[in-house]
Amino acid sequence: MSALIAYRGVGKVFPGVVALDDVSFSVAGGEVRALMGENGAGKSTLLKILAGEHRPDSGGLLVEGRPVAFASPRDSQAAGIAIIHQELHLAPDLSVTENLLLGMMPTRFGIIDRRAARERARAILARLGEEIDPDARVRTLSIGKRQMIEIGKALARDARIIAFDEPTSSLSARETRTLMRIIDDLRRDGRAILYVSHRMEEVFEISDSVTVLRDGRHVADYPDMKALTQDQLIIAMAGRTITDIYDYRARPLGDVAVAVSGLEGPGLRAPLSFEARRGEILGFFGLVGAGRSELFRLIYGAVPSTGGDVLIHGEPLVSADPRRAIAAGLALCPEDRKDEGIVPLAAVAENIALARRNLLGRPLIDERDEGTQAADLIQLMRVKTASPATAIATLSGGNQQKAIIARWLAADSRILLMDEPTRGIDVGARSEIYAHMYRLAEEGRTILFASSDMPEVMGVADRIIVMREGRVAGIVPRADATPDRLLRLALPDASTGQS
Amino acid sequence: MSASPPLLRRLGALGPLLMLLVLFALLGALVPDFLGLRNMRGLVLSVTLVGTIATTMMLVLALREVDLSVGSITALSGVLTAVVIARTGSVAAGILAGLAAGAAAGFLNGWVVARLKVNSLIVTLATMEIVRGLAFLVSGGQAVSIPAERFYALGSGTLFGINYPIWLMLLAFIGFGFLLKRTSFGRNVLAIGGNPEAARLAGVPVDRVRIAVFVLQGLVTALAGIVLAARITSGQPNTSQGLELAVISACVLGGVSLSGGVATMIGVVIGVFIMGAAQNALNLLDVPTFYQYVVRGGILLAAVIFDRLRQTGGLSLPTLLTRFTQKDRLAS
Repeated sequence: MSALIAYRGVGKVFPGVVALDDVSFSVAGGEVRALMGENGAGKSTLLKILAGEHRPDSGGLLVEGRPVAFASPRDSQAAGIAIIHQELHLAPDLSVTENLLLGMMPTRFGIIDRRAARERARAILARLGEEIDPDARVRTLSIGKRQMIEIGKALARDARIIAFDEPTSSLSARETRTLMRIIDDLRRDGRAILYVSHRMEEVFEISDSVTVLRDGRHVADYPDMKALTQDQLIIAMAGRTITDIYDYRARPLGDVAVAVSGLEGPGLRAPLSFEARRGEILGFFGLVGAGRSELFRLIYGAVPSTGGDVLIHGEPLVSADPRRAIAAGLALCPEDRKDEGIVPLAAVAENIALARRNLLGRPLIDERDEGTQAADLIQLMRVKTASPATAIATLSGGNQQKAIIARWLAADSRILLMDEPTRGIDVGARSEIYAHMYRLAEEGRTILFASSDMPEVMGVADRIIVMREGRVAGIVPRADATPDRLLRLALPDASTGQS
Repeated sequence: MSASPPLLRRLGALGPLLMLLVLFALLGALVPDFLGLRNMRGLVLSVTLVGTIATTMMLVLALREVDLSVGSITALSGVLTAVVIARTGSVAAGILAGLAAGAAAGFLNGWVVARLKVNSLIVTLATMEIVRGLAFLVSGGQAVSIPAERFYALGSGTLFGINYPIWLMLLAFIGFGFLLKRTSFGRNVLAIGGNPEAARLAGVPVDRVRIAVFVLQGLVTALAGIVLAARITSGQPNTSQGLELAVISACVLGGVSLSGGVATMIGVVIGVFIMGAAQNALNLLDVPTFYQYVVRGGILLAAVIFDRLRQTGGLSLPTLLTRFTQKDRLAS
């Protein structure tokens, strides 16, 4: 076979997670192969192995039939591989020419030959069919044009194998058309293209074949897109059995605790409204970039909203300021614990005391009071730490998360916004966190939690709000939640294609 | 309970303490008269300027910020106090004017850093120039003599046989040590320095604390500058150039982390005395001033390398090397 790139039995394990398990597939020259799967299915790990950023624990890659072992991204580039990332890797203050030919500028007598460089840049831009001034600084260009330059870099290196990672997520419709045309050109040229996207329409338009991943396993291969329907593809992506690490407990709900109406702000594409009751666990499901974190930050006042209201127990929350939100009983457990949650060098007890201390506004520290409370909460939340005085950074992710929850229990927060509460946490600690969530809800607190892990949302939430591209795509009661219903709502094009 | 973990605290305070003891033993053995009572009193008096200002610099550094304008504020407050006393004849008005100038400069620093999110290194570099310029403008470029004998008492007077400047420094040591560890304000400073975004999301009034710390720094620096003017009986517009480096060196020697979130008052006290002892010994040995620059710079360099060692957690060369290269990779 004329496979330019082949994965052979690739496996990769991260602490506590099997990211990839025996994945094999190949892409031939002149083929565009889509790689599909939910968040966490293993797509990005596959791309990182291709890029030389990760090394497989088992199996390996074949380039043009020969086994390769990349020690670094440099090796991967030398083998003719280019990855076009979602976040672009360009130097914004250098010119288009300098970016295109970064590290390979033509020289004469050791001095950069600007004229020759500009000529080569022109030739590449002409192939892309793009009207871009080779002397323009990249900072001045639109995202779409920058993406073209990223592709131009792959052309400048004459990459034979090009992988696209969600390339259209920030492109306009017109820019997407251009990208489709360029990918088609690359295919005609005999290059092998690996295309990762959540957008069904694009995938069906551009790809010849598709490989589906689920939970790190290779679950399906369709050699011919024309013989495939969107429904078949969605079922292949979603179909799964939900293992019972969730141990869901139903509970009675009280009156409305949070009412969000017409909320607008960065990251939301349309005014957003919903209500949540006392004792309710409300899940927010969506793909990466659906706007869940942004919504939480708006409700919490971490980012100012541009319109709409947040009512807490009927009282409007005025002014965007976490301090007011906390005073109204809100709490935020951020997705990025390390950068936004913990104060790493401070003691566990200090991390727990922080919010309550500022909520009460007492000028002097009551060591005994804070110490007792921290000790009680460490015990209640079962935070595994050598002592309350241990630096929190030395704890595992799960225990850090429990300490952050303890921080809000210390402040007696009534409404918890938990953004990806179990990200990076192993299975054992996850079920502990779920048990804490049920207990808090049973105490009459309200929990809003965002997750891109579908089984988790289905397993824990009483009700699920599915978000898509900054909007509410649907509100699904627990009883009606099925994987393919949620995924259909979450995927950008699927629901329109469905009717 | 403490804001810093036990290991860091041990290295943060014990390391400098050992350094100080070794230094005193060494200097006592090598330098004649070093351990004499008269010299000790002179030594303590000589560190009062740096020591007093180091107490608030500790807060600034713990906040993950820096303040280069303290030397200029020292000069401006002294000169302004001298000018106002000379014009009005009122010592109180002079002192008030000096303090107000320091607080205003501190507020400007804090406001620009907190509200406009500008790097404090650059902000205070700018105010260092501006404030120094103002000191020259106010004084007309000349030393301003102070026609009020009772003002001099602020510099030379004693209580229980101890000079006022020393009392002031001791008060600052105790007061800001208490502020750092026993008040919400101090713990908030450490939390912001440790992780500003996490602190904000936990309800710490980040901007307010930042501004307050810079205002405190301005006030304490002005007070030190006024006392200095009383000691030299005049307002000198070009005094205390390079003071900021001595103050920062003392803090870093005392285990205050330049990356914020870690500071102890006892460490700062030790750092101040390490600096003072070295300077004092150089004077006793009649080392020419030009060499003293080299030694002071060397101490600062040693201090930052020490800070680095403490952060990487290992004092052995191999761990150091791997940590350095890792950091480089992350930064690129």
